Amino acid sequence: MAIPAKVVKIQDGKAQVDFGGGILREVDISLVDVKVGEYVLVHAGYAIQVLSQEEAEETLRLWRELLEAESSLETK
Amino acid sequence: MFEHLKFRDPDLARRIVEKIRETAPKKDVVKICHVCGTHEWTITHYGLRSLLPPTVEVIAGPGCPVCVTPASEVDEAIVLALKGVTVTCFGDVLRVPGSEKSLLDAKAQGADVRIVYSAMDAVRMAEKEPDKEFAFFAIGFETTAPSTAIEILRKPPKNLSFLISHRLIPPAMELLLGIGDLHIDGFIAPGHVSTIIGLKAYEIFPKAYRMPTVVAGFEPLDVLFAIYMVLKQLKDGVAKLENEYARAVSWEGNIKAQEIMHKAFDVVDSHWRGLGKLPSSAFKLKEEFAAYDAREKFGIRITQGRDLPLGCQCHLVMIGKIKPTECPLFMKACTPQKPVGACMVSIEGTCRIWAKFSTL
Repeated sequence: MAIPAKVVKIQDGKAQVDFGGGILREVDISLVDVKVGEYVLVHAGYAIQVLSQEEAEETLRLWRELLEAESSLETK
Repeated sequence: MFEHLKFRDPDLARRIVEKIRETAPKKDVVKICHVCGTHEWTITHYGLRSLLPPTVEVIAGPGCPVCVTPASEVDEAIVLALKGVTVTCFGDVLRVPGSEKSLLDAKAQGADVRIVYSAMDAVRMAEKEPDKEFAFFAIGFETTAPSTAIEILRKPPKNLSFLISHRLIPPAMELLLGIGDLHIDGFIAPGHVSTIIGLKAYEIFPKAYRMPTVVAGFEPLDVLFAIYMVLKQLKDGVAKLENEYARAVSWEGNIKAQEIMHKAFDVVDSHWRGLGKLPSSAFKLKEEFAAYDAREKFGIRITQGRDLPLGCQCHLVMIGKIKPTECPLFMKACTPQKPVGACMVSIEGTCRIWAKFSTL
């Protein structure tokens, strides 16, 4: 299980992250290269990956595009 | 999180479900297998199975790390604890049955067993009490293994050793394909494991087994879309590796984490609870870290254990061969309050998830 969180502060290989609603926790960020303001996936106290906002937007765009393209084809 | 609301959009969900219904076969049943406790949680919590047409079955493979840990390794932790070593572990490891008892039972007998949130906490605890011997029971898939590895590479205090029980996901997926009567038609690969090992780790499934494989995230729409992507491949008669979870998973994965794991561990064959021995399916500490290996340090090695309590069907639930409701013990002798099998103990276990959310 891993939970997304926003990096709010970085100090000595550790980061304060916000899980939402002001739940702050210290996590180890030595497995990733991350900046303040970015989102990470946190698993058992360690950030395991940086989440890409562009890719998230792209996935949603692709979904919509695919759903719309195919349904418009079918109505023709 | 910036994406939550959009990835749970009800209108989009309705349209994806429509596409699933259109794409699903009309007669033959297809079986899509995921391999992740968190996917099972999403599917059951959001009732996604109820949205699928009768020809689409989604089953849960061995994706719960605590459940697949064999009794013999739980027994090793118990032996350590009863020897006077303080055993630290994640919370849902405490009640997992060993051959005779659990770590919680050992604790009740006076052993010092403590819950930690992370490997980091296990190190801090050992630092604070230098006169005590500590052993961290390191359970988990590739998602968790890098955190154990990094703490070992940092040379933790000498009074801390590690009972390594990390397991690898791709060999478990290969095992499923070798089970003759399971007939899986496609895989949904686990997103969090994949953030570490990357898409490349699954290349073998479409290539060697012609198995449609889609790496998916954990929002309800992620899972629905992954189901659609598998169905589309089946309809088109192709077998590809696709990435639904591009916001977190790349082709290469987390290279830094992979390097750290390979510095600390060798890959070895290992026993999985109720499933037998799987080739190249676990990590073992490298020789140079033998001083941190609890098995070496305390001379323990248990190879045989009783994985399944009498009547427990955990081994069949874990490979998706039966549903939890088909086990005679489910919600009768085996409940979340008084679990019999490992699948009812862990919050990622299929039985536990069904017990909590399922109305079926």
